[in-house]
Amino acid sequence: MKKIVALLLALTLVLCSVSAVVAEAAEPVKLTFWTFQDLHINLYQAMLDKWNADPARTPLEIDFQPYPFEDMHTMLNMAIDAGEGLPDIVDIEIGKFANYLGDNIVLAPMNEYVEPIADHLVMARLNNYAKDGKYYGIDHHIGATVMFYNAKLLEDAGIDYTAIQTWDDFHEAGKVFLEKTGKPMITFETTDCWSLYPMVNQHGGDWLTADNQVRMDEEVVINTMKFMQEMLNDGTAIPTPGGMSHMEEYYGWMDQGGCAAICMPFWYLDRFVNFMPDLAGCMKIAPMPTWADGGHKSAQMGGTGTAVIASSPNVELAKEFVAYVGLTVDGCITTWKTCGYDPILKDVYGTPEMQETNKFFEFYGQDLFAVLQTVLDDIPDTCLTAYYPAATDIVKSQMAYRLIELKEDPETIAKECAEELRGQIE
Amino acid sequence: MQKKITAGIHRRKLHGLTDPRVVPYVLVTPFLIFFAVVYLYPLISTIIMSFQKISSGRNTTFIGFKNYARLNTRDFWMALQTTGRYAVWDVIVLTIVPLLIATVLNSGLAKGTNFFKSLFFIPSLTSIIVAGIVFRLAFGTLETATANRVLTFFGMEPVKWLSYAGPANFVLILLTLWRWNGVNIVYYLSGLQSIPKDQYEAAQIDGANAIQSFLHVTLPGLKPVLIYVITITVLGGFSMFTESVALWQQKNGGGVGRTIVGYMYMVGFDRNDFGMASAIGIVLLLLVLVVNLIQLILMGFFKKEDQ
Repeated sequence: MKKIVALLLALTLVLCSVSAVVAEAAEPVKLTFWTFQDLHINLYQAMLDKWNADPARTPLEIDFQPYPFEDMHTMLNMAIDAGEGLPDIVDIEIGKFANYLGDNIVLAPMNEYVEPIADHLVMARLNNYAKDGKYYGIDHHIGATVMFYNAKLLEDAGIDYTAIQTWDDFHEAGKVFLEKTGKPMITFETTDCWSLYPMVNQHGGDWLTADNQVRMDEEVVINTMKFMQEMLNDGTAIPTPGGMSHMEEYYGWMDQGGCAAICMPFWYLDRFVNFMPDLAGCMKIAPMPTWADGGHKSAQMGGTGTAVIASSPNVELAKEFVAYVGLTVDGCITTWKTCGYDPILKDVYGTPEMQETNKFFEFYGQDLFAVLQTVLDDIPDTCLTAYYPAATDIVKSQMAYRLIELKEDPETIAKECAEELRGQIE
Repeated sequence: MQKKITAGIHRRKLHGLTDPRVVPYVLVTPFLIFFAVVYLYPLISTIIMSFQKISSGRNTTFIGFKNYARLNTRDFWMALQTTGRYAVWDVIVLTIVPLLIATVLNSGLAKGTNFFKSLFFIPSLTSIIVAGIVFRLAFGTLETATANRVLTFFGMEPVKWLSYAGPANFVLILLTLWRWNGVNIVYYLSGLQSIPKDQYEAAQIDGANAIQSFLHVTLPGLKPVLIYVITITVLGGFSMFTESVALWQQKNGGGVGRTIVGYMYMVGFDRNDFGMASAIGIVLLLLVLVVNLIQLILMGFFKKEDQ
């Protein structure tokens, strides 16, 4: 009898625990995440596992829905217009973000997570996704622009890249390099803005002000353009093969030692590792050369703001999770490890986890963050208003092309492009 | 009695759906509904949107002709030029080349006719995106690109194919020709086969040579097919989009590869400015309408058969 009672008791216990497990398993809150960036799925998945391993947190289940870049933004527009079918979390590209900060904002502000640690963050990044003091997007990288030098090519030509301090030094080094090797020092993009914009922005210029005044024809823009054209005219710079630095043609050409340098955001680290493997051990990063007449140490370029939809039934939980990934030490270290990005939380630089060797440290053979840390304190804001997409389009289709490919007069180009942009602003 | 019944049936017929006066309308109704939903409604809605500022979906305000005034930009004129240049060459090349090939294939002079027919037709089965990528790499900027290798082999200077308007148009036309040649050949062949053989015999008896019988027998006989081919080529030329996206991936330095449709897409989806995008669409519509009307009038499409 006792045995039977014990057995029954045991059975009840087992059943109870099973039902408890079932109840718990059924409980995770489901969130939908739209993205166009596969790396973000790896990052959020890794952090999701950590989150769910913590019993104090509400378990989450995330439905990652990756879409092509244009399609995802189009779908988001449609869903906003329709007022339904919106995800809980969405990745919005930096250039498009202003489109969602109009009269009818569907995104939830993240201020309660951003403000307490504002001093520890590179706020210039979050300002790109802000309106009226409210921060609607969390970026996972700074995108600080740096120089990538082919140190081996330069060394063979007797040039020490660490001695290059200003853009004039850079130009002089280019002349020596051209004379000794017959190769150009750097390439400038003709079909995209990744050469012109960082250099203008670092120099202190921009396309627009926050209230949509056009700055395209300012002195600082024209001077930057003139400098670029001087380099083009004496052959120390050439138009990027294939038009931009994300083309197969450029990768192949650069991999074979086509030129000595490229000026690109930190996230370009990964392109050398993946697409130009023959340059392992040759490439080094360094801060951008500075301008003699002022400006900044770097420029922030590119990015994606991860945002939470305000009408989501689980908005608070979604915000907490996005902040957990984007604004915590653990999340930022995971960001570096999974994506190779320069995280926006300044505290993580210098931690032992960030120094652990990985494919990037092996490829470049240098302390990448030591370089990055020298520029973090001086990165200017970029003005990404609702007319930023129109401005970049004019830069891509006319300004860069006419300056670099056709070598027209910088002042005329700047004036005409600025006029054209003014015509687009209502 | 008999008369009465027939009259009754007759009367009933008049009122039913089977009434001979009603039947045609019943038969075209599915098309009319489809036309109204898929063409007419978007057309009217686009016309309305072209006069609006559309900030976010339902949030719209009428702004008169401002969207049209904003079209006066270098970018728009460049897109118009690119499209115009492409459309003109497209019509010239895609009308003449397949016509000549089809005539040769039909004449019985060439051997292996069926083999060549399939050979010319195969490209139209490929994906335009894949073909575009192959063309983009073959016509690359560097001296090592296939096309430049060929040029340098013959002692010519390498060309930056996709960076300048002229060469870029050449590559676009080549891609279009490669892809659509076979389809046009099929149209022409069906037209050629419907020309009665005795007309050629009569011409031969009258002492006409090959060129004379081509000009005076083949061409007039092909007129309906020619009108059709030219009309769809004009339409295709003005609405070209995929080919340029495949070659330039929407990166348009100098706008050399950006067509009007490409510009409309960029304004609509990149700038999120659907008002202006609608205005571009309406301008394109009017442009194609005018060009097609002129072409059809010139070719005598509206004349009665007997005139």
